Amino acid sequence: MSGIRLLVGTRKGAFVLTSDGRRARWDISGPHFGGWEIYHLKGSPADPNRLFASQSSGWFGQVIQRSNDGGRTWAPVGNAFVYDGVPGTHLWYDGTPHPWEFARVWHLEPSLTDPDTVYAGVEDAALFRSTDGGQTWQELPGLRRHDSASSWQPGAGGMCLHTILLDPSHPGRICIAISAAGAFRTDDAGTTWRPINRGLKSDGIPNPTAEVGHCVHRIAMHRSRPGVLFMQKHWDVMRSDDAGESWREVSGNLPTDFGFPIDVHAHEPETIYVVPIKSDSEHYPPDGRLRVYRSRTGGHEWEALTKGLPQRHCYVNVLRDAMAVDSLDPCGVYFGTTGGQVYASADAGDSWAPIVRDLPSVVSVEVQTLP
Amino acid sequence: MIRVVLPSHLRTLATVDGEVTLDVADPVTQRSVLDALETRYPVLRGTIRDHVTQQRRAFLRVFACGQDLSHESPDTPLPDAVATGAEPLLVVGAMAGG
Repeated sequence: MSGIRLLVGTRKGAFVLTSDGRRARWDISGPHFGGWEIYHLKGSPADPNRLFASQSSGWFGQVIQRSNDGGRTWAPVGNAFVYDGVPGTHLWYDGTPHPWEFARVWHLEPSLTDPDTVYAGVEDAALFRSTDGGQTWQELPGLRRHDSASSWQPGAGGMCLHTILLDPSHPGRICIAISAAGAFRTDDAGTTWRPINRGLKSDGIPNPTAEVGHCVHRIAMHRSRPGVLFMQKHWDVMRSDDAGESWREVSGNLPTDFGFPIDVHAHEPETIYVVPIKSDSEHYPPDGRLRVYRSRTGGHEWEALTKGLPQRHCYVNVLRDAMAVDSLDPCGVYFGTTGGQVYASADAGDSWAPIVRDLPSVVSVEVQTLP
Repeated sequence: MIRVVLPSHLRTLATVDGEVTLDVADPVTQRSVLDALETRYPVLRGTIRDHVTQQRRAFLRVFACGQDLSHESPDTPLPDAVATGAEPLLVVGAMAGG
């Protein structure tokens, strides 16, 4: 029977949650790297036992951990993320130039085909790649040298490159997103980049339709249809049908179009999930009711999914990397909260149950569907 | 023999228990001790000093013989008691955070 492995990053360590294909009983291991912030863990599609984890701390900086046995044992690999050449400046919160400074790795994206190749999205925003299993890292500097880079500004969480989408049908095509610069795409494996923000509208910036400066929170795609992208922006849920060349709003009847994660059903490319959050500044579910919203029409029309989720006195958040789907049938959907709960649905969101309730604040959730 | 006491998270990372002892050639300075420490335990590179600037990370301090040596030049000779191994060099994480 198939198995499921959830990789959960929290503010105080990593946890690995495993189940069989029924997804009813779960074993929990961890904390791994207790006391460290684990922004993200992810497994290689080419070798599911190879996992990478971003471990960081305000005291000791960045460490990258690697497992070759599905998370049972780990070993540190390379942690030197050195910007290529003279890093230059971006804009600080007050609008003054600020030197590019490495803070941490937000997101690790293993290659679709090579278990030794993995990409890292970092703060201050840049994209790095390792081709030796994480031992050494090289920046793909074309992104940071884009003409607009000196005008990029951080979002509240820092100027982070948090989303990396590898296009399975165009090997040189990568889409990334930066808070708060926006989305960018390369079609030549990272040598050159261009903004893909046409159609976005952000009232919090001087020119609401500027080419860059948008606070994109997350982008998702379905592997079978990589030209279709779904975006949760600071405000607005957006859709592109041309690999980001243009975007249109699909927020529809959502109770609020603010939120962080967005994901796509494993077998239904028009079925998408978001978690609406009240903002600005509150960052908890509207009315204290934790609701996942599902659209089966690629946006516009949304239904609230509430069965098994707390519908009173709930004031947690769900961060941008804290939702994932498995590839079983029916599709499993998972998300973690800042209150330490990890919820699972084994029926594509119709009903939910907590796997665990009292972890440290959850930063990221990834899922592996194992044979 | 130079004695170095690391904070617990770095001992875990380097898989060491208790003090670390290092052979360090004269002159014994913060830089030469940390160079020797990172040579013995490459996993500690970047965790005490920045990879590029070699500046001490802001939330770490270096103490010895009851003194805070954090703001001394990294090339200033350490106290004789450290150089002779009578006293350890302490790498200390700030007691702060949530």
